Amino acid sequence: MLGKPCSLTPLLPQCTVGFDLAIPTLLLTQIMTTSSYAVEMRGITKRFPGVLANDRIDFQVRKGEIHALLGENGAGKSTLMNILSGLYRPDEGEIAIHGQVVEFHSPRDAIRHGVGMVHQHFMLTPSQSVAENVFLGAREIGFVLNPQRMAAEVRRIAEQYRLPVDPNAKIWQLSVGEQQRVEIIKILYRGAEILILDEPTAVLTPQEAENLFVTLRSMAADNKTIIFISHKLEEVLSIADRITVLRSGRVAATLSAQSVTKTELANLMVGRQVLFQLEKPPVQRGEVRLRLDRVCALDDKLLPALREVSLTVHSGEIVGVAGVAGNGQRELAEVICGLRPLTSGTIEVAGERMAHLTARRMIDVGVAYVPEDRNTTGSAPNLSVAENLILKSYRKTEMGAGPFLDLAAVERTATSLVKTFNILTPSIKTPVRKLSGGNLQKVILAREISGQPQVLIAASPTRGLDIGATESVRSLLLQERSQGAAILLISEDLDEIFAISDRIVVLYEGRIMGEFETADAELTEVGLLMAGGRAPSASPGT
Amino acid sequence: MELAFLVTLLAAGIRSGTAILFATIGEIFAERSGVLNLGIEGMMLMGAVSAYGVAFATGNPWLGLGVAMAVGGLMALLHGMVTISLRADQVVSGLALTFLGSGLSAVLGAPLVEVRNAPRLPVFPIPVLADLPILGPIFFNHNVIVYLGLVMAPLAWWYIHRTRPGMELRAIGEYPAAADVLGINVNRQRYAYVVFGGVMAGLGGAALSLAITPLWIEDMTAGQGWIAVGLVIFASWDPLRAALGSYLFGAIRRLPLDSQNLPFFLAYPQLGYFMNMLPYLFVILLMLISARSEMRRRIGAPAALGQPYVREERGV
Repeated sequence: MLGKPCSLTPLLPQCTVGFDLAIPTLLLTQIMTTSSYAVEMRGITKRFPGVLANDRIDFQVRKGEIHALLGENGAGKSTLMNILSGLYRPDEGEIAIHGQVVEFHSPRDAIRHGVGMVHQHFMLTPSQSVAENVFLGAREIGFVLNPQRMAAEVRRIAEQYRLPVDPNAKIWQLSVGEQQRVEIIKILYRGAEILILDEPTAVLTPQEAENLFVTLRSMAADNKTIIFISHKLEEVLSIADRITVLRSGRVAATLSAQSVTKTELANLMVGRQVLFQLEKPPVQRGEVRLRLDRVCALDDKLLPALREVSLTVHSGEIVGVAGVAGNGQRELAEVICGLRPLTSGTIEVAGERMAHLTARRMIDVGVAYVPEDRNTTGSAPNLSVAENLILKSYRKTEMGAGPFLDLAAVERTATSLVKTFNILTPSIKTPVRKLSGGNLQKVILAREISGQPQVLIAASPTRGLDIGATESVRSLLLQERSQGAAILLISEDLDEIFAISDRIVVLYEGRIMGEFETADAELTEVGLLMAGGRAPSASPGT
Repeated sequence: MELAFLVTLLAAGIRSGTAILFATIGEIFAERSGVLNLGIEGMMLMGAVSAYGVAFATGNPWLGLGVAMAVGGLMALLHGMVTISLRADQVVSGLALTFLGSGLSAVLGAPLVEVRNAPRLPVFPIPVLADLPILGPIFFNHNVIVYLGLVMAPLAWWYIHRTRPGMELRAIGEYPAAADVLGINVNRQRYAYVVFGGVMAGLGGAALSLAITPLWIEDMTAGQGWIAVGLVIFASWDPLRAALGSYLFGAIRRLPLDSQNLPFFLAYPQLGYFMNMLPYLFVILLMLISARSEMRRRIGAPAALGQPYVREERGV
């Protein structure tokens, strides 16, 4: 019942034969003799309804290099890599792996040719163990599972590539960085020679990212080919050998990382001049607008999510809350907005202690909220732009008497907000689900800011936005700061926190781990606290 | 006296819980693969009526058993086509299946109500073991179908937790996209497990009409299919806990019958009405308890339960 003898060691390129469809010997000799390119994609075109995602893209990656694929959201990076990994099929164009033209019908086909992808959203089942995830779908392990043998194999790969992880741990017990290692081990086990990583650092602390880079460099030195999707300029410059920039579904350029500057890359990526420095006047701290005193709250599973969180935000300042996702950020925002009950502690807004926290009450005292998920929490997707803009102000007398809305007034308000905030929409009657991410975020910001809030809670306000939209959201926040609002910026993007906040607090497992003036804060120190203050390379169980 | 009563009750509990156990195990597989099937009640009824009818017509109860399983499987296949391929709502489709099953079984079974002598599955005391004190009567002196249930629960557990296909089953119910990228055909597997669930529900129905209460009357399952749905949750999708729950339920269900000759109940015959409610109260209680404790533990329903799987091809 157990697998064939060779089956658990498909790691050596020759031994990829652990799979039921082995690479023929003929093909192996081709690998050794032909093209220096590991990947050649020629004239790739991919259309989705209403979108030309990839427009005649030519993309080449050399064997053993780290090649970054850079571009904004919607530039077509993920589509191109989903094609290379066999998830999508191109409408036009061809792919050659090691000089041999191939056609992938599924990710399984791609992995047979040594192409494996680590997706941005990990493809791991949380309730199963690391070993089970690694061996999922592997037919050669036989009918009856052999946990010891599976664990030993995972451990072997983990040691060979310095990807420490406990094979018997359940996925939900692991940190995000460890989960990523499991993903990498998973494709290495399947004999991947070409590894595609989709925005791998988006969810990592700076130290975890640095560890990943070390691993990637050693794999490249081991003659593995690595394609690295990113929109972060610094990391692309630090890790990649060569860089291909995509813009609007086309290749803007392919360059060597040594010969290019950050500004040049940004301009290529956006297609225009980019200003990196936002106009940020010195902070004018006023009175305390928001004060949390030893606030505790539970998460949806009724486990403690916030543990004695105390913080203050003054009028005219932005306080950034740094932390890796899932450390209590969402609960923090919801508690302040009256969406989640406190189990203990107090909240004061503008000096007034809030006794009965309800969402309505918090809106009435001037707390505005830009939620993390703009499509579900932040807006009502099927309601129009105008309706979404008045979701918080429709009760006011100027919007109509009693149960009736004064539609003319609604229209006036909406039209003027659309104009002031420069929202691009076909009309104010368009359902907001049809807007782009950036414009939807402007709708939400317009709604929240137009109420002239005392306190503004902004949770990952620029996530998924392109450079242009990010710039305008950040400058809106800075404008509000100049108007005297107290702003709590909750973000996983450390660059963002460092760019616009005046003070930084670090949240880890629901606790405030430290507080800094932004001017004195060190990136490495903040990063360490985000990981719980432990040495970043330590991982439980190994 | 009390011991003898307890032994009788436990033996009866195992016997009468067997039908629900099959249905529950089947539903565990379907739900673990991500498909909720609320049609168990209908599939059990159809299983019961076809088993009884075929056994009566052919004189062969084993043939009846086989036909009941096939009928259950076919009904589940319908549910699979509607929910997996056409991606319709699983709750609505399952309810429809129950209505279909109870209506159709009533019509088809009308002439069978008068039949009281269709052949049954045999009782088979296991040699030696059946003579053990206490354990013998509880476990080893039963209808053959009861042994099948006793064997099937641990076997199902082993399959889910200790085999490669079981590992894949757990994955497709929790994160089908992860299984898909590794070359597992999610929808094909879902079809297989949904059909298996139907086969088991049909088997459960046949166990009722050929062994446990060997006759056919309209609506003879009396809600056992629904109780199976509840037991799946109580069991946290674990076949061993399902066996415990099914047998416990069987015992409670038998309580009014087996206790009516105890002196206490002879004095208060009205208690019988209350006792007849017990199985259903028991299920409500189980649901309350499991809802509380599941919240605190991290084990819960398969995360993708109720969601059709579509390989996402959109966005850029």
